[in-house]
Amino acid sequence: MAKAELMNYEKALEQFEVVIGLEVHVELNTNTKMFCGCRNDFGDEPNTNVCPICIGLPGSLPAVNKRAVESSIAIGLALGCSIAPTGRFARKNYFYPDLAKNFQTSQYDEPIAFEGSLDVEVPSGKVFTVGIERAHMEEDAGKLTHIGGNTGRIHGAEYSLVDYNRAGVPLVEIVTKPVLGAGAEAPELAAAYVRSIREIVKALGVSDARMERGNVRCDANVSLRPHGQEKLGTRTETKNVNSLRSIERAVRYEIQRQAHILANGGTITQETRHWHEDKGATSAGRPKSDADDYRYFPEPDLVPVQPSHELIESIRATLPENPADRRKRLQAEWAFADLEFRDVVNAGLLDQIEETVAAGAKPQAARKWWTGEIARLANTEDKEIEALSVSAADVAELAQLVESGKINDRIGREVLAAVLAGEGTPSAIVAAKGLEVVSDDGALLAAIDEALAAQPDVIEAIREGRMQAAGAVIGAVMKAMKGQADAARVRELLVQRASE
Amino acid sequence: MSELTPDLVRHLASLARIQVTDAEVDRLTEQLAVIVDAVATINKAVEGDVPATSHPIPMANVFREDVVEPSLTQTEALSGAADSDQGRFRVAAILDEE
Repeated sequence: MAKAELMNYEKALEQFEVVIGLEVHVELNTNTKMFCGCRNDFGDEPNTNVCPICIGLPGSLPAVNKRAVESSIAIGLALGCSIAPTGRFARKNYFYPDLAKNFQTSQYDEPIAFEGSLDVEVPSGKVFTVGIERAHMEEDAGKLTHIGGNTGRIHGAEYSLVDYNRAGVPLVEIVTKPVLGAGAEAPELAAAYVRSIREIVKALGVSDARMERGNVRCDANVSLRPHGQEKLGTRTETKNVNSLRSIERAVRYEIQRQAHILANGGTITQETRHWHEDKGATSAGRPKSDADDYRYFPEPDLVPVQPSHELIESIRATLPENPADRRKRLQAEWAFADLEFRDVVNAGLLDQIEETVAAGAKPQAARKWWTGEIARLANTEDKEIEALSVSAADVAELAQLVESGKINDRIGREVLAAVLAGEGTPSAIVAAKGLEVVSDDGALLAAIDEALAAQPDVIEAIREGRMQAAGAVIGAVMKAMKGQADAARVRELLVQRASE
Repeated sequence: MSELTPDLVRHLASLARIQVTDAEVDRLTEQLAVIVDAVATINKAVEGDVPATSHPIPMANVFREDVVEPSLTQTEALSGAADSDQGRFRVAAILDEE
């Protein structure tokens, strides 16, 4: 894949206005699939959650999952959408083995929810209102594994293997209107929007909302037009952007790539593009036109969905607090400074900190662990924080171990690394590795005396009030204790010794 | 008249994974053309504001409770597959090398 030439980002923004559009697929966490009673479960043995309906055997008839409809209505309402008094399913016909039926059951001209909006805050603190065009119900496709060739990718594969466990899992696709006016912040806005959607569906309890598991997936449309031009430019749709960071990077990349082409008199090909996380670049997929012929037609095997006013209102009554109100409440409860809180929000760590505090940690301690060491380790491993195997309960336990003086911060970081390596809970790791700080004053005093014997001048210096001289002794004691001592306590004992 | 050509029929046959002889292509070209023309005639009849009918009986809200029902076993699921491997349906390469 030849790397495309890119225009400098600032220059691109001087010349062009950025327009983005986002399609987010949310996998619902119902017990069963959208149209059949097979289990909706991730990671089971291949083709064990399948039945004649979801593998498209002739004569099978679908039936709509009631809870999936209710979840879809909840998502629509949370996004300020109107709920269609009548909506129907449609067949989207395409030939690709990820669905055995040769069509996807979706919604076309009558989506369940339409015309909403969502206020999204970007890292600078600015708030953009993103228009929601529609949210519709559909089914997920099966999982393909490409075999042969040398890369495991689709190109060059000799054959593909299909697991239909995911085929028929309920999805809600949320489509924005074109988003204008974000300028240089368009990439951040795209990521912040998807984060908001995740927060909402998680708060609604309708999805597990884990991006690394594909519960929330995003396709990002990007187009550019010269400032002042009315007509929208030709867009590309980048697929496979499945982390918040990738969304931001992919949108930024497309802006720079398209700007280079346009500024050199070229034209943008309307196409799907694939994001490659490793290369930090997109590559051309198949050409796509607005008139892509999926031969949509009303699904004859399903009758329309006509949610009653009572049903809609009863779902509206159970909607959780909206994310903006929740943020205000949490900041007040935790007493975080504006900057501290914004860092937490931008890092997408509200849930983690809330759970950690609920598990018994002090808010500031929870904040420091998540935005500090855990974020650092995620960054080092080039992973999303959610993908790290550390739970809120682990962090709360860790914070309490430090708070109670059983371990110090440095040991805490070591314990955290062990938790991430799957060695157990923090307490178990501290016990197993004998990491608890030496709180036995006798042992500490013995080490202090030994250090003082090696550096006899120090005691006199301390007596004269030159405390900086204490550092060498404290250092020697910490070393003797293999770091497992409370430095503040060593200092206290040292001062005590000097005053004897 | 429809624009059905022998080449289009061959293309359709290959999409549907049906092997066809030249004689069959000729016969199918003729027959499919008649069908396509018939649909075109119906299309003309409903030009204008006639809403599409998705269901002949006016019903709505037929739902299934979100309760797990037994699925097929893997062996059953794969029993009709032309080919399978590692518990999965095996299909021909999807895209040629570009």
